[in-house]
Amino acid sequence: MLGEGILKGLAETARNFAGSFVSAERLTTVQYPEQRIAPIEATRDFPFLVYDGKDWEAGMRCVACQICEKECPPKCIYIVKSTDKKPDALGKMQIYPTRFDIDISVCMSCQICVEVCPFEAIKMDTEFELSTTDRFGGLLLDRKQLSKSNEHYHRIHPTEAAEVDARLAGEKAKSDAKAKAATAAAAAKAAAAPASSAAAPSPAATDAAPAASAALAETDVAPGGNGAGNPAVGPADGESRA
Amino acid sequence: MIEKADQIFVLLQHWLVSFLPAGLQPVAGVLLSVVVIVCLFPALFALAVWMERKGLGRIQNRLGPNRVGPFGLLQPIADGIKSLTKEDIVPRSADAAVHFLAPVVLVVTVFMGFAVLPMGRNMVLADMDAGLLFYFAMGASTELAVFMAGWSSRNKYSLLGAMRAVAQMISYEVVLLLSSVAVVMITGSLSLTKIVEAQNHYSWGLPHWYIFTPWGCAGFVMYAIAATAETNRSPFDLPEGESELVAGYHTEYSGFKFALFFLGEYLAMFSISGLGTTLFLGGWSAPFSWLGWVPSWIWFFSKLMLSIFVFIWMRGTLPRLRQDQLMNFAWKFVLPMCLLNLLVAGLWRFMGDGWPRWVVCSAILVLAYVGMGWGEMRRKHFGARSYRYAE
Repeated sequence: MLGEGILKGLAETARNFAGSFVSAERLTTVQYPEQRIAPIEATRDFPFLVYDGKDWEAGMRCVACQICEKECPPKCIYIVKSTDKKPDALGKMQIYPTRFDIDISVCMSCQICVEVCPFEAIKMDTEFELSTTDRFGGLLLDRKQLSKSNEHYHRIHPTEAAEVDARLAGEKAKSDAKAKAATAAAAAKAAAAPASSAAAPSPAATDAAPAASAALAETDVAPGGNGAGNPAVGPADGESRA
Repeated sequence: MIEKADQIFVLLQHWLVSFLPAGLQPVAGVLLSVVVIVCLFPALFALAVWMERKGLGRIQNRLGPNRVGPFGLLQPIADGIKSLTKEDIVPRSADAAVHFLAPVVLVVTVFMGFAVLPMGRNMVLADMDAGLLFYFAMGASTELAVFMAGWSSRNKYSLLGAMRAVAQMISYEVVLLLSSVAVVMITGSLSLTKIVEAQNHYSWGLPHWYIFTPWGCAGFVMYAIAATAETNRSPFDLPEGESELVAGYHTEYSGFKFALFFLGEYLAMFSISGLGTTLFLGGWSAPFSWLGWVPSWIWFFSKLMLSIFVFIWMRGTLPRLRQDQLMNFAWKFVLPMCLLNLLVAGLWRFMGDGWPRWVVCSAILVLAYVGMGWGEMRRKHFGARSYRYAE
């Protein structure tokens, strides 16, 4: 009959009205500044720079390769490369960013910088209380403000951070093995050169030699810190080059 | 004592006025009443806004405003301060004089309607013989204010909103009038105090309100529909449909002029609820004879607030109509029902007392309602929406 739907609707809203006073699960409001709910793990808003160890400047993973700067769709990243090199958290000599600015008023939280970074140096943060009275300077974050420790990364995205750490450890182990092989090969060569060819090379050196030469070849073609290049170049290769 | 509580405002007015010389007393009395009305209803407006926001919140399983003051009760004051401190922008190409006058005319005409509403026993500012006529004259002039606002803004949304508002208000004005005419036919008077008195007697403890008669019930429903449309309230809020027209006729208003429009809308709601209460719900009379000791003005304002609550409830429930649906509903359904209701009211008047008139009148109205509803629904296609594109 005409008007039936209206009555049904009125009954429904009346049920909501009364129900919100008696049942707590209807009223899902979180009284924000006083009450907070933990963000879900997939939360992301703006990027931050990961550093290893204690000192943000020394441990910064970023090697100023500028891939993120070039890929950023709204162009909110600004990087100035250093002219010198300094040791990173692993003691390898690396180019580093003297300036790394992100304008979070421009950033659209697309996470492309994170996708393209070959050094796992930039990740998405969950900090959202970024309101400021200065809409220009206050929203332009410099590298100091952007730097957050790996522990922070573990805190906000545990699963993802564990994967990243595992990957980095694997790459480091591989490069360590390569470096060891290279040094072993060099040592073997050095040992072999003055001695007569009668001395047979050790089995370990024979095995390592092709690997070492491969590693060396790779270092030759690997682009340097200016690399707009091959994202497949991992940090391990960078280390082996050093 | 009971008598004193009932007449407290009347006595207070007389006492205050008695300090003045005799020649000034009538004028002073009227002025005092005007001041009270002009202060009371905006205060009620603040309360209603709070009620509305809280009520809508609860309907949507939210809390509503709860930051300013206890339970957010001071929210209307915060809103008022906000709108007072905001910049008052007049568009460069707007007709500045008319643009300024529109909200003033709206609020003034709406306030004028309160003059004839009996808010309690002996509590009516101007007890006119043709009170109802005066009320409708004032109610109709709010359309002028709305159109002034829309036209003077020189903005397409404002103008569209105003056109819609005028079309809608004129259509529903007819329904509003015709549903009230039934009351006038039965009472035989246009005076609102007489209409209340005609309803203010009881049999078996129950009141003789017009809503408890077949024609009164039908009339009340149609009056409520027309009142909702007349005050541009949801589901008939097309003139200010945010999704289509920014804010309709008050798009170009900001600051306190906007607040005046907002105030005018709520005041119109109060006054039209007050009139509905007077016509169909027995005005200030008590719902049971044994509750007669409660002061009459308490009953009037309780019924008023109850109507406001129903307005809020409907707003929280119903989606907005389309313009053609709105017009079809007014002219093809409500208006014929209104005309039929006039016939039924005539029958009721001339069939004399006794049960036959109850049966006949109810049967006519129910059959017409069901029949017209069935006819309307039969032609409608419910189901998946189909689109027709221009080729």
